[in-house]
Amino acid sequence: MDFALTPEQHQLQNSVARFGREYGDFAAWRRMVAAGHAFDTGNWRHMAELGWLGIAIPERDGGLGGTPVDTMVVMEGIGCSLALEPFVSSCVLAPALLAGAPVAVRETLLPGIAAGEVFVTLAQAEPNGRFDLSHVETIAVPHGGGHVLTGIKSHVMDGATADWFVVPARTRGEMDDTDGITLFLVAADAAGLVRENMRGPDHRHNARLTLDGVAATALLGSLHDGLAVLERAVDAAIAARLAEAVGAMDALRDMTLDYLKTRQQFGVAIGSFQALQHRMVDISTACEEARSMTYQAVLSLSLPRLARRRAISAAKARVGQTGMFVGHQAVQLHGGIGTSDELAVSHYLKRLLMIDLSFGNADHHRALFTLAEDSLALEMAA
Amino acid sequence: MNLDFTPDELQFRDEARAFFAANVSEGLRARVRTGTRLEPAEYIQWQKTLAGHGWAAPTWPAEHGGTGWSPTQYYIFESESARADAPQQYHQGLELIGPIIFTYGTPEQREKYLPSIRSSDHWWAQGYSEPGAGSDLASLKTRAIRDGDHYVVTGQKIWTSYAQVATHMFCLVRTDTTVRKQAGISLLLIDMKSLGIRVRPILTLDERHHVNEVFLDEVRVPVADLLGEEGKGWSYGKVLLDRERGIACASGLRLGQYVRVVKDCARGVRVGRKSLLDTAIFRDKLAQIEIEMVALEYMGLRTLADAVAGLDSGPRASMLKIRWSELLQRITELWVEATGYDAANFALIGSNQGEPLSGNMPHPVMSYLHARVTTIYGGSNEIQRNVIARRSLGL
Ligand SMILES: Cc1cc2nc3c(=O)[nH]c(=O)nc-3n(C[C@H](O)[C@H](O)[C@H](O)COP(=O)(O)OP(=O)(O)OC[C@H]3O[C@@H](n4cnc5c(N)ncnc54)[C@H](O)[C@@H]3O)c2cc1C
Repeated sequence: MDFALTPEQHQLQNSVARFGREYGDFAAWRRMVAAGHAFDTGNWRHMAELGWLGIAIPERDGGLGGTPVDTMVVMEGIGCSLALEPFVSSCVLAPALLAGAPVAVRETLLPGIAAGEVFVTLAQAEPNGRFDLSHVETIAVPHGGGHVLTGIKSHVMDGATADWFVVPARTRGEMDDTDGITLFLVAADAAGLVRENMRGPDHRHNARLTLDGVAATALLGSLHDGLAVLERAVDAAIAARLAEAVGAMDALRDMTLDYLKTRQQFGVAIGSFQALQHRMVDISTACEEARSMTYQAVLSLSLPRLARRRAISAAKARVGQTGMFVGHQAVQLHGGIGTSDELAVSHYLKRLLMIDLSFGNADHHRALFTLAEDSLALEMAA
Repeated sequence: MNLDFTPDELQFRDEARAFFAANVSEGLRARVRTGTRLEPAEYIQWQKTLAGHGWAAPTWPAEHGGTGWSPTQYYIFESESARADAPQQYHQGLELIGPIIFTYGTPEQREKYLPSIRSSDHWWAQGYSEPGAGSDLASLKTRAIRDGDHYVVTGQKIWTSYAQVATHMFCLVRTDTTVRKQAGISLLLIDMKSLGIRVRPILTLDERHHVNEVFLDEVRVPVADLLGEEGKGWSYGKVLLDRERGIACASGLRLGQYVRVVKDCARGVRVGRKSLLDTAIFRDKLAQIEIEMVALEYMGLRTLADAVAGLDSGPRASMLKIRWSELLQRITELWVEATGYDAANFALIGSNQGEPLSGNMPHPVMSYLHARVTTIYGGSNEIQRNVIARRSLGL
């Protein structure tokens, strides 16, 4: 057993930390979101130059062919500096979704993603589907040798800036069937596609898509059984997201601890009050718990499906909860100033709120965890 | 022990119910029902509606233009108000300074200020907290130096709610630096139009402008606007302590409005073939909150009964504030949870800004974020716990 990073990963961690120090300035962040930008394109270019955008892309496709641990190291840094760059969607989720795509598609998109020039995201969630990956009402019908898609994708993470969408659509069966889901590649400027852009409380730029007979550019993987690929890609994305949460939580812990030591009330540092000391201890414990859970999730990505599903859902549920606890308490212990938009604290809370929501909340993942548990038990019995 | 209202109280309940049915406009009701926080202009309008009916000041004695109601009548009024999705009255003038003015103010001050608090022609802001004096309010530094028949006030206030619309600010200032901290504090009634006042907005985490920094630079305040005696400002807050019981109890009643909002939201959310409201897990969470609200309501009622009987209810006002704020946070969290992925849509970008967003956004997230401040303002929950431990448990 070994939770240590390799020397190369250490190096990556150092360079992520340096990047955070140089580019993670909160005042600049506020100016950027006030100007209505989705993220800092300069940062993105720089990340591309450092090779990070290709970490999860195989070498044969122009990437670095890194491991989930490498991705984790980068995501922690992103979480720590509140970066809004669409790393998870374009650089973790998309490469995994494109794993079974035709060579021509991979050749067009993956090197571009690694170079930071192409943005791809997943358009999965539908108005009546809540968090369920197999709920697909959007239909794809054969047309002129390809497919045309009709339906609504109600929450597309980073969708406002994407050039391409990976769209799960139904090619047969009923709306909740696991079979009959096929992944398609759709261009953002395709005819019949209407995109409404929205920003989150965390200032991420998302979108809602309405597809009305939109011609797909390509079919990704095999017809009717896209769900397995989708699920695996989402699990990898969740693991990356959780690392972001850990980075954000650690940042909040450090800020709060620092504040407890410097803020004076009643003639003493507020950190001398035992009630706050205990709360601070709970915050630190929550950070440790979240980190442990995230390691567990990252290391599970290579396991067989049920074991992986169990691990990912356990981590998603628990990191969400501990993240919210740390976010809430960091605001509380800062008092009034913690509620100000001018301080980073509440922005981390909002980010953690959105992370808790992304790919399904704790309730959803508790249910998935139970499902995986039960299936594993059945497997054992058999 | 019984829970029965008297025939008179029942009659009053019917009267209140009829009043709210007739006077809450559909627009206002919809705003409250969707959990939208009101703008100052809407608070003012609602206050004027109440004033038109003689119900401007439900907690004030009749001699000061209040309704002179018993605590039970006030409770009935508030529960009918909540039931009808009427807004709560804005409290800083009515509950935080009005009672101090009628208890300690001069006849001239009562004459000058009380009617316009009731009619809401004046909007009062509370200028207590300072950058260095939050929980430790007694260490405030804003100085007031006597100069003839004026005080010259210099200093800085922070987190001043609605200073941007306020006509007046009741302000704790230091008039004596040579005595014990609390003994050097006085309470001034300051006209916000006075020269030397600058208000700087602070956006809060819900991206709204409620609070401000207020800079005072040699602001001249007539001595006639000193409330009570110089150096006694700190002690006047104690008249509010008893009154807080009623307010805390009334706020508890408002949580029911959020339960309705959350239920409406969950009813419209599909989880497969069911509505979210029909899933066991969501129902269970909602039930837990509703059960705790019943406990809060009965804590409130017992406190109220003590007030009617003239008894000291010990730490219960602090306990009510703690439980109310925590429950408000949980119910708004549940609202965001019910909203699902819609919670990620805080605002439209681009040309269609201003169009309605699905899931009643951004109200769930705004309410949730704003609820975070309720465990901080008005004496943080940590401070409330300290008060209970010290004053009533003797720890
Ligand atoms: C939205 C909002 C509106 C407000 N409106 C007004 C207003 O209109 N007028 C006004 O005057 N003020 C207003 N306030 C200010 C509010 O009353 C203060 O924020 C509050 O008293 C806390 O003070 P502080 O912010 O300086 O935090 P601090 O006192 O610095 O507290 C920081 C943290 O330390 C904790 N703490 C402090 N002392 C102790 C202790 N002894 N034991 C344990 N824990 C402790 C606190 O609970 C908090 O968690 C408002 C605040 C907010 C957020």
